[in-house]
Amino acid sequence: MTDERSDGLAVDAQVRRGAFLLDLALSVAPGEVIGVLGPNGSGKSTLLKALAGLIPITAGQIRLRGEILDDVQTGAFAEPAARPVGFVFQDYRLFPHLSVLENVGFAPRARGLGKREARAAAAEWIGRLGLTALAERRPAALSGGQAQRVALARALAGEPGLLLLDEPLSALDAGTRLDVQAELRTHLTDFSGPCLLVTHDPLEALVLADRLIVLEEGRIVQQGEPIRVARQPATDYVAKLVGLNLYEGRADGPTVKLAHGGGFVIPDNDQHGDVLVSVRPSSLVVSRQSPQASSPRNIWPAQVVGLTLLADRVRLDLDGEPSALVDVTPAAVAELSIEPGSQVWLSVKATDIEVYPRDATIRPAAP
Amino acid sequence: MVAVAFLVLPLIGLIIRAPWGRIGSAISGSAALQALELSLWTASLSTAVALLIGVPLAWLLARTVFPGQRLLRALVTLPLVLPPVVGGVALLLVFGRAGFIGRLLNEWFGLTIPFTPIAVVMAETFVAMPFLIVTVEGALRSANLGYEEAAATMGASKMTVFSRVTVPMIAPSLGAGAVLCWARALGEFGATITFAGSFPGQTETMPIAVYYALENDPDAAIALSLILLLVSVAVLVSLRDRWLRGGSTQ
Repeated sequence: MTDERSDGLAVDAQVRRGAFLLDLALSVAPGEVIGVLGPNGSGKSTLLKALAGLIPITAGQIRLRGEILDDVQTGAFAEPAARPVGFVFQDYRLFPHLSVLENVGFAPRARGLGKREARAAAAEWIGRLGLTALAERRPAALSGGQAQRVALARALAGEPGLLLLDEPLSALDAGTRLDVQAELRTHLTDFSGPCLLVTHDPLEALVLADRLIVLEEGRIVQQGEPIRVARQPATDYVAKLVGLNLYEGRADGPTVKLAHGGGFVIPDNDQHGDVLVSVRPSSLVVSRQSPQASSPRNIWPAQVVGLTLLADRVRLDLDGEPSALVDVTPAAVAELSIEPGSQVWLSVKATDIEVYPRDATIRPAAP
Repeated sequence: MVAVAFLVLPLIGLIIRAPWGRIGSAISGSAALQALELSLWTASLSTAVALLIGVPLAWLLARTVFPGQRLLRALVTLPLVLPPVVGGVALLLVFGRAGFIGRLLNEWFGLTIPFTPIAVVMAETFVAMPFLIVTVEGALRSANLGYEEAAATMGASKMTVFSRVTVPMIAPSLGAGAVLCWARALGEFGATITFAGSFPGQTETMPIAVYYALENDPDAAIALSLILLLVSVAVLVSLRDRWLRGGSTQ
């Protein structure tokens, strides 16, 4: 290990659990919120648990504010109780036999404050999160949004140096989620230490995180600013999550040859080599006849294999070179009498195609 | 139907045959009261001992892995199926005057355990503690470990986690186990009479008193039996949420 001084969190570690291996290097600055995105089983929760000391790492090191929490080589290991960590669990895990006040006061009390001081500290956090009216309630008598706030207050009341949130909003219904999300954002902004937030929801990641890492099969497959990850996904998982068509290919000036057949004409930015290409489903145009004299530079035939009705539009699944998902209005489906098996033509303007070098998606953003 | 009749008829017979007129005087005979008093405090003390030493054992069985654990679990549950008399004989062999621990106790401290109230408590604990251990172990096994993890991330030591999170969360099972244990201790006969004998006021508990009363004062025996029946019903009522609804109430 080099003498890399960090005020924040520095992780370079592996966790092996049976056949699964989590292997990543990550540093998080104080005050920075990292969104951790990934499919089920990608190691997101394992990462948080390893940071909290609930799972020992099997190689490498974890440091927080320069202090070693876990180091396999020297055998140093701080017990979970000895780590300055605040953990918001996906299912909150509020103690059912304690009141809201006692739940929030648990960490201050366990970390050595007297009964009265712990209650005072808890009362302060409860006030800060607008929970004072609920202080004497049991968790069973709370709504989802209230329980989420209590869980956050409880994690923050321990004055942690590292905040870990495991899908904190996933248990909430859509309406409450937006409110709580906005609130969570202010509290995360106020929090001065490094923070990791695991999420399934790209929108949540966009709103709450300063930087995203995408985990797949225990490895970081993409990291960067949320907006960039959303626009330039590196893997099919991210592309599906943010609703984009993603293709691998090789760029050569004004053209891209796609790895799985087909190609695109693109604005010539003098790009060469391995690239990724993303196209918004709403940028693609569907027509029944070949649009001979039209402006889009990319026109190709395809066959409809599926239709899915989304909230306000229909998503067509099209098989061709390349295959694509296309969003059209229900009216268009009726007018063009599109059904599974229909032969159609797809077109897209060169300027609606996003082309980016493959290896740019994995490099961490400059701090 | 036959089974129901077989189970219920004797109890009805007991109630019908009860000498309601002189039940008060039968019970207030000093021997009966003595037996009742002895039974109550020995059963309570046994339960306290079982809680003190049984709960840590239940925790070990539920939460840790060590060599010989399966064997230990089998040994713990053995008294559940062992004829109590055998338990009494075994206790006598170990703690009796000639037993290898009993002899040492006698030589070093001049202490004799058999045929004392201490022996009653030991016999009852031996027979009843498995009920507590099995109940508590089951609860610890099915308890959500997530809460304990959460407590650990908040800086709670293992002892704090146990006392402030684990125990309160399994409190219902702890209570049920203690009640079961107490009821079993109260009804203990075989091991007690073998290991502790039946000295009125010293080691003659209610079940033993019933047994002897049946020979010379059947009415008193019936009255004492009624009291034990009443206690059993009270135990069932206190456990009704857990058992009579045919499933977990978590």
